[in-house]
Amino acid sequence: MKVYIKAINYALPEGVLTNEQVAAMFPDWTVEKIEKKLGIKQRHVTAENETASDIAIKAAEQLFETSSIDKSEIDYLIFVTQSADYHLPTTACVIQKRMELSQNLTAIDVNLGCNGYIVGLSLAKAVILAGQAKNVLLLTGETYTKYMHEKDKSNRTIFGDGASATVVSTEGIAEIGEFVIGTDGEGAENLIVKTGGARHLQPANDLKFDDFGNPLSSDNLYMDGPAILNYSLESIPALFKDVLEKNRLSKDDIDLHVYHQANIFLANLERKTLRIPPEKYYVNIENTGNTVSSTIPIALCEAMKDGKLTKGMTVLSIAQGLGYTWGGVVLFF
Amino acid sequence: MTLDEFVTAFAEEFDETPAEQFKADTVYKELDEWGSLTALSIVALTMENFGKKITGADLRACNTIEDLFNLIQTK
Repeated sequence: MKVYIKAINYALPEGVLTNEQVAAMFPDWTVEKIEKKLGIKQRHVTAENETASDIAIKAAEQLFETSSIDKSEIDYLIFVTQSADYHLPTTACVIQKRMELSQNLTAIDVNLGCNGYIVGLSLAKAVILAGQAKNVLLLTGETYTKYMHEKDKSNRTIFGDGASATVVSTEGIAEIGEFVIGTDGEGAENLIVKTGGARHLQPANDLKFDDFGNPLSSDNLYMDGPAILNYSLESIPALFKDVLEKNRLSKDDIDLHVYHQANIFLANLERKTLRIPPEKYYVNIENTGNTVSSTIPIALCEAMKDGKLTKGMTVLSIAQGLGYTWGGVVLFF
Repeated sequence: MTLDEFVTAFAEEFDETPAEQFKADTVYKELDEWGSLTALSIVALTMENFGKKITGADLRACNTIEDLFNLIQTK
């Protein structure tokens, strides 16, 4: 049996944070410098009462409105998020009710970051191959902006909120190839919100500022930029090679590379490390920033819209994310 | 990569600071343009040219470009 992506859509919150606004908040940034260095012009930001599930539902409802897929056929729901509505219950259960999906459905949340879409696809494929479902609705939704300190220049410039919806089925527009996925919890503390979970439930109130004036707090999103950069650049060549080998393909067989997109700075470093020509390496984060688990589905949607991704193409998707966890897959369009 | 080449490569990661301002004994942390993003560029430069990892703590511990070059050699 073959498993396919049947349809993909994405949605963004209406609120926007532009480079002009960022530069006004952080005077050592300029509008031009942000765009040149990071390739981002604006990022979308959820309102205070708007959550990741709200935007994910918007992406899914639009998908059902614009495709021939009947939502009553969905028999498995995966919501990839680190911005769940509650500690409990599972946000996917709440989504089942809000979308009036079938009650004969498994609903799970998957707590993963930038590698969430790849792992979500692998799960969706697995449950179909195991005969447990026929039509999986895979949602991603993230709102890291809610975890950021208001003076966090680095993270506020890079990350944006967003969501995606993908239906995985036994027919569709792209056959899902073989996966390579890995994990190394050694990197856990390099991208973390330390408090609020069961390990440290109460706020630490330990705010201090680093050499560059960036806030450091256990109660907010923390990213060790140098550590994440080293991990990404060091591990991507082996991941790239392993995914190609598992799919019995060579580099030349890949028509388009659509990877997790943190920012242009890191994307270009990775592209050069892997010696991929720019025309085969798709980047689209100008209007969204790093939307974590939604960057790959957003890029796939945009690449299909702008004609860079067409039928017959072989696409390699790779993601490296917090945890650490990483993964890759080949998609045959 | 020699120390001179490292100083040149280091300077190339800066857009606004003139290249002639970079010497082996330049205290990079005192440059106006030094920031989280230029720091990341130096981390990437080190990985690309030496295949070695430097950390945020390494960048904080060193003062001059030569200090950093010497530290990289010990890794």
